[in-house]
Amino acid sequence: MDLRAKLALLADAAKYDASCASSGTEKRDSRQGGLGSTEGMGICHAYAPDGRCISLLKVLLTNACVFDCAYCINRATSNVARARFTVAELVKLTLAFYRRNYIEGLFLSSGIIRSPDYTMEQLIRVARTLREEHGFLGYIHLKTIPEAAPELLAEAGRWADRLSINVELPQVASLKRLAPEKDLPAIGGAMQQLAGRIAEAKEARRTARRAAPPRFAPAGQSTQMIVGADDSDDRRILGKGAELYEKYGLRRVYYSGYSPIPEASSLLPPAPPPLLREHRLYQADWLLRFYGFGTEEILAGGEGGMLDLEIDPKLAWALKHRADFPVDLNSAPRELLLRVPGLGARNVERIVAARQEGRVRLADLARLRVPLRKVAPFLLAPDHRAAPGLLDSPRLRAMLTTPGGFGAQARPRQLSLFS
Amino acid sequence: MRRPEAPQPAGAAAAEAFSVALEGCADFAAWRLAARRLLAAGIPPESVEWRTPEDPPGLFGGRPPPEAEGPPLPVPRDFVEMAELAIRHADRERFALLYALLWDSQTRPGLLRTPTEPRMARLAGMARAVRRDAHKMHAFLRFREIGTPEGPRSVAWFEPEHHIVEAEAGFFVRRFAILRWSILTPRRCAHWDGAALAFTPGARRADAPAEDAAEDLWRTYFASIFNPARLKPDAMRAEMPKKYWKNLPEAAVIPELMQGAEGRVRVMLGQEFRAPRRRQKAEGD
Repeated sequence: MDLRAKLALLADAAKYDASCASSGTEKRDSRQGGLGSTEGMGICHAYAPDGRCISLLKVLLTNACVFDCAYCINRATSNVARARFTVAELVKLTLAFYRRNYIEGLFLSSGIIRSPDYTMEQLIRVARTLREEHGFLGYIHLKTIPEAAPELLAEAGRWADRLSINVELPQVASLKRLAPEKDLPAIGGAMQQLAGRIAEAKEARRTARRAAPPRFAPAGQSTQMIVGADDSDDRRILGKGAELYEKYGLRRVYYSGYSPIPEASSLLPPAPPPLLREHRLYQADWLLRFYGFGTEEILAGGEGGMLDLEIDPKLAWALKHRADFPVDLNSAPRELLLRVPGLGARNVERIVAARQEGRVRLADLARLRVPLRKVAPFLLAPDHRAAPGLLDSPRLRAMLTTPGGFGAQARPRQLSLFS
Repeated sequence: MRRPEAPQPAGAAAAEAFSVALEGCADFAAWRLAARRLLAAGIPPESVEWRTPEDPPGLFGGRPPPEAEGPPLPVPRDFVEMAELAIRHADRERFALLYALLWDSQTRPGLLRTPTEPRMARLAGMARAVRRDAHKMHAFLRFREIGTPEGPRSVAWFEPEHHIVEAEAGFFVRRFAILRWSILTPRRCAHWDGAALAFTPGARRADAPAEDAAEDLWRTYFASIFNPARLKPDAMRAEMPKKYWKNLPEAAVIPELMQGAEGRVRVMLGQEFRAPRRRQKAEGD
């Protein structure tokens, strides 16, 4: 198989991993030698017609796999063609793409071949060759095989910026049914190991004066959960996510709507990916991490353990907590402003700054590009008082369900697949 | 444009018109020096004409500001950061806007800390546009490699909206110090020879190479990483507007990827389950 055919196959096999981040690592640049730089901010070098960012060369080393996970195109019993890159091919491809400014670096994953240790060694060889033989300073994300030996995990963190282990399914029963070889306790154990080493290296960076501290995955670890492949509700998914953030200090939990694949397993009914549900989960995840919401608070906006698909989770929460509103734009504490639907974290900071210099009016918010129609019912301002009864009106929800938002965009397209 | 004979507000220095000729289109240090001199001399914004090499010469008759510098003017750090960015904006009023804000902040101390004030909001918008332009340059610039008598050289053609080439050349030095490269743009070009940066006037698209051997593989990757079951062309265009497409080698395959998507998904959703072949061997090579 020629290089182009391999690339087509092994990139196709890697696209179900949602992560493409290239941010949050240490700063490096090539003025003292080597090739490449990382400056903290990730860069999306292109966008595919699925709207997703292309930041890294995201490929599998091989799509052969001894595991038989039903949701995976590369599972042992799938009929897809198999291929494998050599280390030299991958190194050359990464460097050729990087030199032309196509990518920020490499995201390398692999099917499990021979043994977890063997597979992990192969991934490490690619990263080590890039770093040691070619002075590559770009971003490297390595998929980590949870069952691999601890010293291999330690070496992976030396070369990689980020490591990740995918949980894939948020409950043991689903894993048993759909991914029988996956071992949730082993995954937890490996995440624990990584978390320990990441924290240790971070601490060493902060305290070391002379000698260079040991390096270990400065961009931390992340994971992914598939949404819609099993019957887990949003409560279970968000709960698992919150647990992972707390236990292992993950940088990110990615949610990947289960997407139909060629050569699918009969265990999973074919359906279009639940893009809207995935989007709501990301919004909820954001509220958890940056807006001071708790999991149960967010879920209270929906029904029966599921988020409201029609409106965003912050608005859903607010509509069920109308007694907490309106809040005064000029006197409400920051935490309350963060709960106003339509006010983002950055604009809350700007409002707090502007309040020091004078009264802030609703008209001022327009200049900050705040969606006035959305925030107005929930705010009191010197130039604004919502119409009496509006906040308690049963029509408020309908009024705020805007056409043209993400919801309106994503649904017809999904439905049209059936027409 | 304001003429010297236009009515002037009352005031000692206001009767006279001043003209600041900046040598670069995005020279923050020169603007700051001029602004300090103007402030020290008490010259109000409406008496100042700001000119760059892009403006036609000889239209304005103002004299340069007096050279005496006042004491350094304390301004918020955020304002300086925004001003450094906004000075690269293509908007011809950028210098005047900044000076007017500085002038008014003398009598209204909180002004530069009020993001909701209309001119501050405009300044923030300009800074945001420049930051976005720079970010898109880091992202969408594509090098093509050519052979030269001195060895390989990487050459890119890019069309920024604002005056950002000088400011952003450093990013490419830090990343590609080991290469020798040229970035060609319509207004300004940057060249790195492995040791030093040089800038030259604008170039034409035809001055850059038309292709590169790696682009075929890159298009293959772009096509393969795309998931047809998640087609969302509006999201793609929001982040990668069409104006960039003509200089992106991968953009050529976007139309066919979009056209083929629905058919590919229908096949996946309607597929009959084929019995798996026997479990494959663990190797894969």
